[in-house]
Amino acid sequence: MRSDQPANPSRRDFVKSTSTAGIAAGVSTQFPSTALAKSSLPDVREKAFTQQVTLTINSRKHTLGIDTRTTLLDLLREKLALTGTKKGCDHGQCGACTVLVNGTRINACLSLAVMHDSDEIRTVEGLGTPDNLHALQDGFVEHDSYQCGYCTSGQLCSAIGMLSEARKGMPSHVTPDLIIPVTLNRDEIKERMSGNLCRCGAYQNICNAIEDYAERDRETV
Amino acid sequence: MRPFNFITAESPQHALSLVAENKNAKFIAGGTNLLDLMKLEIEAPPLLVDISKTGLDKIEKREDGRIAIGTSVTNSALAADMNIRRGYPVLSRALLAGASGQLRNKATTGGNLLQRTRCPYFYDTAQACNKRLPGSGCSAKGGFSRLLAVIDVSDACIASFPSDMAVALRVLDAEIELCSLTGTRIIPIRDFYHGATTQPHIETVIRRDELITRIILPRPIGGSHFYEKVRDRASYAFALVSAAMVFLPDGSARVALGGVAPKPWRVESAEQLLTTDIDEYVRIAFSGASSTHENQFKIPLAKQILTTLINEHKEAMA
Ligand SMILES: Cc1cc2nc3c(=O)[nH]c(=O)nc-3n(C[C@H](O)[C@H](O)[C@H](O)COP(=O)(O)OP(=O)(O)OC[C@H]3O[C@@H](n4cnc5c(N)ncnc54)[C@H](O)[C@@H]3O)c2cc1C
Ligand code: FES
Ligand code: FES
Repeated sequence: MRSDQPANPSRRDFVKSTSTAGIAAGVSTQFPSTALAKSSLPDVREKAFTQQVTLTINSRKHTLGIDTRTTLLDLLREKLALTGTKKGCDHGQCGACTVLVNGTRINACLSLAVMHDSDEIRTVEGLGTPDNLHALQDGFVEHDSYQCGYCTSGQLCSAIGMLSEARKGMPSHVTPDLIIPVTLNRDEIKERMSGNLCRCGAYQNICNAIEDYAERDRETV
Repeated sequence: MRPFNFITAESPQHALSLVAENKNAKFIAGGTNLLDLMKLEIEAPPLLVDISKTGLDKIEKREDGRIAIGTSVTNSALAADMNIRRGYPVLSRALLAGASGQLRNKATTGGNLLQRTRCPYFYDTAQACNKRLPGSGCSAKGGFSRLLAVIDVSDACIASFPSDMAVALRVLDAEIELCSLTGTRIIPIRDFYHGATTQPHIETVIRRDELITRIILPRPIGGSHFYEKVRDRASYAFALVSAAMVFLPDGSARVALGGVAPKPWRVESAEQLLTTDIDEYVRIAFSGASSTHENQFKIPLAKQILTTLINEHKEAMA
């Protein structure tokens, strides 16, 4: 089953995706496609593939011209050097690329940057700094919630988004009753975090950190 | 990915005229299926028309008690909506059983209805697939078919339809509003998907120049609602078999099955057997089935799911 196979891009896909990113970073007029040549669009090939977007990323506003093919993930990593957000599968199957868009968690690999004009993006770099970690980052250190760390930034952003969904009372697959308020127990956390795979299998400690943080978070609210 | 032009439509009319003017253009909603396919160059539209800012993002309760769901409503917003949770819990449950939290935040109602199969041969451009490349054949037969359909299949294709949401919409008798520049038509979901055909690349009745604008739910039908999904892992996986089942206040029951056919599978004519003779229901619902060695488990599994749900319901009523 496809979604059981995370983080295993073929060499061909790797070369392909890096070349797209290369285009994103520079020239935008390569490889005019036959598909485009056949369309009835006016011949504005050079302009057609590049578009200007303005996004606020971790409270900083960026306006840039980008190849329309650039995913939000490639924009962050390849154009803005915000490499905290990771590319695992590039197909929505692993959650390594999870970021917050206007406070909502999404997979940055399955979204085009041009779809996010005027959006506010928050990545792991916007959670805390090495000297001043976000409380959840602290919790991950304390609970030893990673081994290689590749999935960690996705886990962190996903958890922040997940907690705000739970605070809004959004139900999940394991919520026993759709009408009464949600209790965020361990089963709920596991189900709500299932979109983030961890190849190192640090799941128990990831859950511990999130559970702990959610409890403290509740107390401070 | 092949290069494409990208335009954000300001209104449904704007989106429709852009697609009407540009022959191979496609609408993009959440992008969670289309971009996946574009990366693999299974889709290569020269123009993407973004419909997410066309104002079709509301869930409206109409005076007659029906609910109109705008196509851009996300799967998570729909699942969490109080009118849906109260009046159509089977729909909330089906949505929550699909994909992941992140994906549901992007995936939309219309996009979910039109998502493509997860057949591995559809995704692998080195393999024959009549759905992807008409006339090329079907590698799935005799191949990896654990996920694929057992009923309403043809020689041309044994792909299954992967949506959970659509299975619940089928049991609820939802309708789909399609708009084009020349008018609007309303299609009951039972007539929306084609099922087995010699042209498996054409999956629904929607025309290229049409936009799904709304999905309309009839007035709440009451009763007890269940969505049971069996998959290879407990979360974030497509269904092997799923069932959207409603036990109505008058003692009758209805069910639609997912994961078994190229569309949500519902056999209304046999539904009176659901509460009296489940063996006979399964026999009729799956008559003409054609499974492979790898997916023949699906029919007994469907029966097992239905039996469990019926017993659960009985216990809850006792
Ligand atoms: C890893 C993974 C796991 C998943 N697991 C599940 C699962 O368990 N269950 C499940 O049901 N789904 C699952 N999905 C699929 C997911 O639900 C779909 O990708 C999503 O619903 C598609 O919606 P979208 O808005 O992103 O569509 P898009 O990708 O934007 O569009 C899909 C198609 O619909 C067309 N379209 C969109 N809106 C309209 C409209 N209004 N009118 C006309 N055409 C339109 C587009 O042109 C495109 O062809 C999974 C996806 C991934 C990546
Ligand atoms: S990189 Fe795996 S989900 Fe985006
Ligand atoms: S810590 Fe290695 S993938 Fe999660």
